[in-house]
Amino acid sequence: MKTKTIRIEDEKSGTTTAVYEHPYIVRLCHWANTISLFVLIGSGLQIFRAFPSFGSKVPQTNLIDWPRSLAIGGWLGGALQWHLTFMWIYLATGVMYLGYQLFSGHYRQVLFTHRDFAGVRPMVRRYFFFGPKPQQREAYNALQKQAYTTVVILGVLSVLTGFAIWKPVQLSGLAWVMGGFHWARLWHFLIMIAIALFILGHLVMVALHGWQNFVSMLTGWKKDPEYLSE
Amino acid sequence: MALPTDKGEFEAASRRELLKLLPLAALGAFAVAKFQEPLLKKGLAFSDWMSDKCFRSHHLAPTFKASDLTPLDKFYVNTFDVDDPEVDLDRWSLAVSGEVQKPGTYNLAAIKALPKFAQNTRHICVEGWDVIGRFGGARLADFLAMVGADPHARFITVECADSYYESVDMATALHPQSLMCYEMYDQPLTRKHGAPLRLRMPTKIGYKQAKYLTTLTVTNVLSKVGYWEDQGYSEFYSI
Repeated sequence: MKTKTIRIEDEKSGTTTAVYEHPYIVRLCHWANTISLFVLIGSGLQIFRAFPSFGSKVPQTNLIDWPRSLAIGGWLGGALQWHLTFMWIYLATGVMYLGYQLFSGHYRQVLFTHRDFAGVRPMVRRYFFFGPKPQQREAYNALQKQAYTTVVILGVLSVLTGFAIWKPVQLSGLAWVMGGFHWARLWHFLIMIAIALFILGHLVMVALHGWQNFVSMLTGWKKDPEYLSE
Repeated sequence: MALPTDKGEFEAASRRELLKLLPLAALGAFAVAKFQEPLLKKGLAFSDWMSDKCFRSHHLAPTFKASDLTPLDKFYVNTFDVDDPEVDLDRWSLAVSGEVQKPGTYNLAAIKALPKFAQNTRHICVEGWDVIGRFGGARLADFLAMVGADPHARFITVECADSYYESVDMATALHPQSLMCYEMYDQPLTRKHGAPLRLRMPTKIGYKQAKYLTTLTVTNVLSKVGYWEDQGYSEFYSI
């Protein structure tokens, strides 16, 4: 894959390099997804408030009393309207993203493959045990690829488990694969938690990596990326 | 794209790329009180339209073994008003009208004279819980044939003794598992489960399973959809 790298000459600040790291469709999908996930998780929690349990209704064990103020929709019917509206936006965004990645070949920048296994250990030492910083030669290191690849799979699963609990009769085969209606509902919830954990880690890393990194998801361009200076 | 070479060009290019994200601001309409409700109604209507288009009229709902049944005493009873609207079971009859050749009143014996079917199917509430129950009764399709209902009509509507009301699209009404249910667990329907007659359609969400039926109308036009639907819940809600 060819990345667009440029040199910018300026009298005051000297030479700066910049890479066009995030194509337009990727950025568009990223921010559309940010909005959709916010609405879907918020309204999903309001839906969960109607039956905050798994398994049988009688006897019912309420697992959590999630506050209405931290949910979207106000009531079950309202939350379902939000959920059933934004799931289509979420789905369309996902299809557009995956289609673009596949046909542009841009996925090679972020897809975790067997070649990335060797890079995992040094990055784990770096992130979690204050180890030395491994040399970085590409836009994403092995752990980033692993995280971004996993979250795309989680996104696909969130849609599939969602359809399985919305249409367990029309899509009875899909619900069966997930272990039935009860399991599909549990999977849907667990996948939401996994995505929420990803978002948390993602936000920490964004905060640690500074302004230029954040700007690159808005304009596409990243100034002076580390992997070019080494 | 022509690549920028100096600082001015780079900043201009960055601004252009940033502005290309502006279409996303359209989603901000969902945050504006004036647009929010109509937009969400459109979203829900789209979901209903998709559900209607994708409805598999010959696909059967999964059925379950007797050992999978939720015990009757643990079968949660949901009502919107009263548990028992005190229907006079001896004098009960169903008033049938609309696009039918034989309108009139039909008593329970007339419905029981139709072939009886019993099935163990999952009942799912919009709240997210479910029970697996055994339901017995006549096929809605057989009843509609008996009263000479126009199979090309779009809906059937029902009214209930507790002032609940519902509507069902014709494809669902004609589904082989859609029952006019007068038995649960091989016993006559109890009062709190909707005696003497209720709807039981395993392809629909719980609130469509109207109890204590008093009228049935075949129609092409809905003046109202259903008790919960008219408060903002999904109108089609197949599961």
